[in-house]
Amino acid sequence: MSEMVRESIIDQLPNEPALLARRRIVEGLWFGLFQGAVLINGAALVIIVGYMVYYGFPAISWDFLTGMPTEGGLAGGILPCIVGTFYLSLGSMLLALPLGVAAAIYLHEYATPGTIMRVIRLSINNLAGVPSVVFGLFGMAFFVASRDLGGLGMGVSIASGSLTLAVLILPVIIGTSEEALRSVPDTYREASLGLGATKWQTIFKVVLPAALPGVLTGSILSISRAAGETAAIMFTAAASYNPQLAESIFDEVMALPYQIYSLSVSSTDPDATLPLQYGTSLVLISLVLGMNLIAIVLRSKLRRKLSK
Amino acid sequence: MIDRKRKETLIKGMFFGAASISIVALGLIMYFLVSEALPTFFGFDAMGEVHKGVSFFDFIFGAQWKPVSEHPQWGILPLIMGSVWVTLLSSIIAIPLGVMTAIYLAEIAPNKVREVVKPMVELLASLPSVVIGFFGLAVVAPIMLELFDIRFGVNMLNASIMLAFMAVPTITSIAEDAIHSVPAELKEGSLALGATHFETIKKVVLPASLSGLSTAVILGMSRSIGETMVVLMVAGGAARIPNSIFDPVRPMPASIAAEMGETSFGLEMHYFALFAIAMVLFVITFLFNLLADHIAHKYKQVGAATL
Repeated sequence: MSEMVRESIIDQLPNEPALLARRRIVEGLWFGLFQGAVLINGAALVIIVGYMVYYGFPAISWDFLTGMPTEGGLAGGILPCIVGTFYLSLGSMLLALPLGVAAAIYLHEYATPGTIMRVIRLSINNLAGVPSVVFGLFGMAFFVASRDLGGLGMGVSIASGSLTLAVLILPVIIGTSEEALRSVPDTYREASLGLGATKWQTIFKVVLPAALPGVLTGSILSISRAAGETAAIMFTAAASYNPQLAESIFDEVMALPYQIYSLSVSSTDPDATLPLQYGTSLVLISLVLGMNLIAIVLRSKLRRKLSK
Repeated sequence: MIDRKRKETLIKGMFFGAASISIVALGLIMYFLVSEALPTFFGFDAMGEVHKGVSFFDFIFGAQWKPVSEHPQWGILPLIMGSVWVTLLSSIIAIPLGVMTAIYLAEIAPNKVREVVKPMVELLASLPSVVIGFFGLAVVAPIMLELFDIRFGVNMLNASIMLAFMAVPTITSIAEDAIHSVPAELKEGSLALGATHFETIKKVVLPASLSGLSTAVILGMSRSIGETMVVLMVAGGAARIPNSIFDPVRPMPASIAAEMGETSFGLEMHYFALFAIAMVLFVITFLFNLLADHIAHKYKQVGAATL
């Protein structure tokens, strides 16, 4: 009887082995396509970085890195740009890191699900999605504009640029810090609370130290984000030509990303400025990719430690 | 000395304050966008000279953007269409590329490969937009001129390709999370029924992660529409509604970034009109983000039992 059922089922399956072979071929083709997509991404990264290295490397010399720009930025070195980018990313980090970590602590350690939490999360997500040029305009109207025009009157300066960038990287820091806090096992907290420590003592003495490497990774990532940002500093901090090192936080500065853009607009002789642009781009992506690589390595070490 | 309990409450309040900064920041951004944009529509008084505003309808649907001509015209339809076309075209490239990369990473890649590919996608995401714009300008544009019989190397297609590679990492990382969180029971059930791995991906995994995939696509598009440096440098800059993918266009962020430097602060229509464009741009990305958030919450992926 059961033999008969089996036979009839097999009868209903049309040409089984051949069909299976076809299904396997379809699968192979699609999987090949998926792999192809990965290869295209890899190729894009390699080609872009490759071009910058190939054409940028010859432009880089000690004088290029440590010299002052001349002829309106169309020749000479890029030291002020490097220093300017350093100030801007450091400044924005100093402003955003404490706030971001504190916000993450609230969201992960204190907040209970509800409307307030939902609104805060929604704001963070939307802040992360605001176009960078809109941040630039906001910074211009709020930080740069003089007092009688409704702003804070800081002018086009490191201060205005850092504040604008700080708002821009805040969601990144909150996100990565929260992930870091999530990776701290609850048993740590329970042990500390069980010993009679208050919540704040637990957070400060137990949770934060354990989350520190993750927070560090996040801050490296956001420094690199701030360093590469152009549109947000265009109207708030960047000067296209200012061949001196900043002396106060109210000075306007040259910055690497803005320099790349400004050369491509202001140049009348592309043959002369292209090497400068490639060189500047190479310096910028070395900084940014270098920081990202450090962050990636740190994080994978951290994850390995946690999974042990 | 304050007692322990009060100190704890105080500290909690401080953390809450820090968390609220995001709301305050978003609120301030909206306030400044609106307050600087409104004179575009209601007119303003600069140095004793009264300027009349332009109606909201004419602003959005006007076909001419001529801010510095003798008789300036303030229609941003060409800029909106520039943004829309560039975003659509880049999405056509970025969505399949991003989703397929995500499927490969979450379902197919052996651990060793994944450990190389994931950082690679992250590095692609971290490339500064100005470098990608410069690459499009210095490398892709000459190649395009050589390959096709066209007048401009900086055009809609060039900008869309560059934008696509900026959107791919966003799409990939969110889509990968979504695919990864599909419960193993579902996949095992399908495999046990005799489906091949690909059939399982197509008929079980992808439908189950559809909400996450939609979020990924929406956020990727939102990233493209707001991206500034790439469209500023390689879209061509012509404020005309495009007829072909080789036409130069001037998406909204490009217009703002290119023209803001030439205006005088708070004194002319051009300045306010650029803020109005920024407001339109902000509203669009805001809606995209709300939509993504809504989908993520409403169709939250949950465990196998409820699916």
